Amino acid sequence: MNSIFVYCEIEDGQIAEVSQELLTKGRSLATELNCNLEAIAIGHQLEGIEKNIIPYGVDVLYIADDKRLAPYATLPHTSIVVKLFEEQKPQIALMGASSIGRDLGPRVSSALHSGLTADCTSLVIGNHEDKKQGKVYENLLYQIRPAFGGNIIATIINPDCRPQMATVREGVMKKEILDPKYKGKVIKLDVSKYVSDTDFVVEIIERHMEKSKVNIKGAGIIVAGGYGMGSKENFRLLYELAEVLGGEVGASRAAVDAGYTDHERQIGQTGITVRPKLYIACGISGQIQHRAGMEESAQIIAINTDPEAPINMVADYVINGDVADIIPKMIKYYKKNSK
Amino acid sequence: MTGYKIIVLAKQVPDTRNVGKDAMKADGTVNRAALSAIFNPEDLNALEQALRIKDSFPGTTVTILTMGPGRAAEIIREGMFRGADDGILLTDRAFAGSDTLATSYALGQTLKKIKDFDIIIAGRQAIDGDTAQVGPQVAEKLGLPQVTYVEEIKSIENGRVVAKRRLESGVEVVSCPIPLVITVNGTAPDCRARNARLLMKYKHAKTVSELQNSNEDYLHLYNERAYLNIQEWTVNDIESVPAELGLSGSPTKVKTIENVVLQSKGAKVISSSDVDIEELMKDLIESHTIG
Repeated sequence: MNSIFVYCEIEDGQIAEVSQELLTKGRSLATELNCNLEAIAIGHQLEGIEKNIIPYGVDVLYIADDKRLAPYATLPHTSIVVKLFEEQKPQIALMGASSIGRDLGPRVSSALHSGLTADCTSLVIGNHEDKKQGKVYENLLYQIRPAFGGNIIATIINPDCRPQMATVREGVMKKEILDPKYKGKVIKLDVSKYVSDTDFVVEIIERHMEKSKVNIKGAGIIVAGGYGMGSKENFRLLYELAEVLGGEVGASRAAVDAGYTDHERQIGQTGITVRPKLYIACGISGQIQHRAGMEESAQIIAINTDPEAPINMVADYVINGDVADIIPKMIKYYKKNSK
Repeated sequence: MTGYKIIVLAKQVPDTRNVGKDAMKADGTVNRAALSAIFNPEDLNALEQALRIKDSFPGTTVTILTMGPGRAAEIIREGMFRGADDGILLTDRAFAGSDTLATSYALGQTLKKIKDFDIIIAGRQAIDGDTAQVGPQVAEKLGLPQVTYVEEIKSIENGRVVAKRRLESGVEVVSCPIPLVITVNGTAPDCRARNARLLMKYKHAKTVSELQNSNEDYLHLYNERAYLNIQEWTVNDIESVPAELGLSGSPTKVKTIENVVLQSKGAKVISSSDVDIEELMKDLIESHTIG
């Protein structure tokens, strides 16, 4: 049976978190479908990279190693992935919904005429009956994502075209090494057979990458604000509470769009997915795109003036009232009662 | 210097950022009538980048290309009020039900027909789908290089565009030969406002369909003033394979759509009184959730 492929993103010789998460998901899908999990790593100086990829349960790892392949550039990476997919004909291909995956994925899908679904929040194997054609498709990839303002959840399928492609944001899937001693095969590609000179017409002149200073994904406590915070000034209250509790500040998309804080703090379907032990949602109504990124938190406190806010439905505690009044009280009584 | 021929890919979208309580009907379906239709925000950022090139290089023309229903001509006019020269509305039932791939095929075939262009600029993504796929898919269909997530076009010299890209964890400055496809990020400068003179000039600009539906007494003006005619193209104006269009040209199918029905976890509701808040904080400390 045709394989499942994961495109591994590499920055400074390290495999991106999102790729490790997708390898884990890819392994469980491959086991369910009884097929191989394969991966492709494209970059430069990749000696030994298999040690960090095979343990996720990768049966075959393709490596394209060439000076011209790092850092990531659209055209050469597209050429390699497209040719490899034409040769190997995977049934499913997964990529991170990252700057790279969202640049590469559509290009590959366009070249192969295969369907691509962005920002999936869940991937499941299932059947599909096309009643009009009287045809049953077995073991399709259900690509599940919220759509249209978050009021609906859509299940997308690609019945006829292969590979079935999906991108997933970092943090949505959990990463887990299958077996540190897993036996997988490494195949080094002859890069010159996969790229041509015209793939290198785009020149990178400057590049400044910085590690994000914000560590929302790893935070045990998250104080998140939404549009209901009302202003950038009010947003400072969240930083005060987060500092006192030893947590990080997150935000809903509406708060980011309103300019209250930076995109790197956005939690939800098109931001980061988090699972802290405590999530305090302040002035967040809780549309599904937001909930998709936080509802697995161990404890949720919702502070809101709207008793009907959807966030209240997933909360363990609901405080009805004004955040500007409540947050200072939380700080006060935390300080009074701790230790 | 004769300037550049720029095509801006734009989309009219429902304003999903302002979804009110009446956005859903009682039966759980989307109430499209309650959502206003707007110029996709990042496509406006894209238009601004095009207009800046026009400012710097006299002779540059900016054409808006949009695919959609007849009313999408609204965004072409909106673009003209801000400085675009003209626009093409690609509209036909044959395109209905297109996913991103079928959309990029239709746009790609239209661009092949237009043929004469230097730079294609689009917004990074549209707010009704957030996929960010159509720009790169069009580039692939045309066999052109792409520069995504652009925040600033720094220069155009010797047949190459130098642009700054905003990535998740940094910035990159790249140089790419013309012709190319650029997608613009929301972090790029906002689009300039409407220009009063252009508003007067183009407010009666119409597509053929709009003209047929209007009762204007001065239809002759549309013959005298060519700039008032917004081009309307149908599937017959481009070369295409029917199987690649619309629903049949879309590899992705929507299997099911579920309305989101929330079941309450049964939260403990507390007031904002000092007593309640102190009690909550004590509970959280005792359970080692905080502290």
